[in-house]
Amino acid sequence: MKIVVCIKQVPDTKGGVKFNPDGTLDRGAMLTIMNPDDKAGLEAALRIKDANGAEVTVVTMGLPKAEEVLREAMAMGADKGILVTDRVLGGADTWATSTTLAGALRNIDYDLIITGRQAIDGDTAQVGPQIAEHLGLPVISYAQDIKVEGDSVVVKRQYDDGYHMLKVKMPCLITALAELNDPRYMTPGGIFDAYDAEITTWGRADLKDIDDSNLGLNGSPTKIAKASDKVRKGAGEKVVPDSPDDAAKLIVDKLLSKHII
Amino acid sequence: MDFTLSKKHEMAQNLFKEFAEKEVKPLAQEIDEEHRFPRETVEKMAKAGFLGIPVPKEFEGQGCDPLTYVMCVEELSKVCGTTGVIVSAHTSLCVDPIQTYGTPEQKAKYLPDLASGRKLGAFGLTEPGAGTDAQGQQTKAVLDGDEWVLNGSKCFITNGKEADVYIIIAVTGIIEKRGRKIKEISSFIVEKGTPGFTFGTKEKKMGICGSSTYELIFTDCRIPKENLLGQKGNGFKIAMHTLDGGRIGIAAQALGIAEGALELTINYVKERKQFGKAIAGQQNTQFQLADMATKVEAAKMLVYRAAMKKAEYQANPKVSYSVEAAMAKLCAAEVAMEVTTKCVQLHGGYGYIKEYDVERMMRDAKITEIYEGTSEVQRMVISGDLLK
Repeated sequence: MKIVVCIKQVPDTKGGVKFNPDGTLDRGAMLTIMNPDDKAGLEAALRIKDANGAEVTVVTMGLPKAEEVLREAMAMGADKGILVTDRVLGGADTWATSTTLAGALRNIDYDLIITGRQAIDGDTAQVGPQIAEHLGLPVISYAQDIKVEGDSVVVKRQYDDGYHMLKVKMPCLITALAELNDPRYMTPGGIFDAYDAEITTWGRADLKDIDDSNLGLNGSPTKIAKASDKVRKGAGEKVVPDSPDDAAKLIVDKLLSKHII
Repeated sequence: MDFTLSKKHEMAQNLFKEFAEKEVKPLAQEIDEEHRFPRETVEKMAKAGFLGIPVPKEFEGQGCDPLTYVMCVEELSKVCGTTGVIVSAHTSLCVDPIQTYGTPEQKAKYLPDLASGRKLGAFGLTEPGAGTDAQGQQTKAVLDGDEWVLNGSKCFITNGKEADVYIIIAVTGIIEKRGRKIKEISSFIVEKGTPGFTFGTKEKKMGICGSSTYELIFTDCRIPKENLLGQKGNGFKIAMHTLDGGRIGIAAQALGIAEGALELTINYVKERKQFGKAIAGQQNTQFQLADMATKVEAAKMLVYRAAMKKAEYQANPKVSYSVEAAMAKLCAAEVAMEVTTKCVQLHGGYGYIKEYDVERMMRDAKITEIYEGTSEVQRMVISGDLLK
């Protein structure tokens, strides 16, 4: 079985966020981590590998520095890493990113593609489903649990008020939630191996069946009007009332004191 | 000479840091207060491969170098000295001698379980009457048919009751050397559960309180003949060489404790206000921090250098790392004691209260000047080399 996991190197929000003058992120200037939803997706793939045997390939698009996140994934247990990097791909929105990744994925054999639900730097949750659309694959988003059964996957999909159990024939694409699992640590030996391993690097010329007009900043329909760091909210007040009546009274009192009711 | 860490060492360091912060730090105060061995952390470390870092992959180890191992002990010790010494005693004092002196059969039998962390290791040399004078061993091993029969006891054994495999040093006879009668000393591999092998009292200690420190008692304890480690009569050499490596681990532990205390103190002095301003604004604080940071950095260089010298030895067994290890341990242990004491002082009254980690760190630091060769023993090793 062959699994491809799409991962992204994102700013470590603990380290502060920096922007370019055009409003896009200055990725070179920030501390980075593997996007948490993607890491859960990778862990899910590695668990399938542990249980059933599988080859896990990680793919990322980004600056040459994004190679680090591939090595991290390989140090956790991924078998191969592919970095898609090219100047013409810079400044991509979700449309240009999914077009690019689909162009890269057309070069690879896979039974299952796993992406994170969304990246913590954009929060769009669009790239995974868009890749599936480009490749003509069924997509199951918001996966809380993934199991392989023969040539199908059984996925528990999270909903606000419950969940769906879906059985889908492979090949298909799944988007994973960080809550899916507790990703394993890298191992020291895994790190050493990951640094000795070759990372495949692809540029624009290696992407299959795509049009230049859909790539990079120029191929991005999204235009950023303004970007800013998150406004920090206060910690709030935590209360644990003894009974529902106390809780109701507390809420009413608070609303009264703020002249809302 | 290159003082920059390679990318892979940097990533390994980040891994150890993350693990220490998430898995080790939250338990540090609790295991100290309860004098409880952190079994759950050992299991997590086993899973992450921390118990076989410098062991070749063929024995289920991680196949990394001594520097990576040292950085692991250092990062763990930054937040918890107990966790640091569990890894150090296991790796340096039990896994390493089997890897260095074991027969192919012994390596195949013991290393995979130890390096993967399915089993934990310990080392028994010290006896009530044989500390710095390690020749004063009383524990005896007598060959009876196909078995060695052990009688005697070992004290202050780290990972004492929690280990599964023990390297035990014992007297196997009296020999004549340069006209003098001396004890012939050999080393053995003893497994927990062997009849006649029991545990004495658990030591109540000043620091590293979560570490399991026990007396080991051997009463007609019979072990197979093939559990002799290395040549008969070579035990003293094996013990001393093992301790050379162990000292690098303890030096890393001491370094970690010093770094951890310094980090906490830098944060504390920025927040603690007296006379209307943060005490970080006082020149006394600034100079103390500068002195401490400089000493810690110097210790770090010595510890890393000793680890790299050990890597050289692995490529060429003629290389000795004994002096480098002694210097690293002497310096790092004394820096740890000095730095933690000063950190407690800069914390003032709060530094004396158990809720503040520097209180524990100062107690944990003291042992690094004592075990695996006191600072005085390190001075003997270093001066012995200077005056040879």
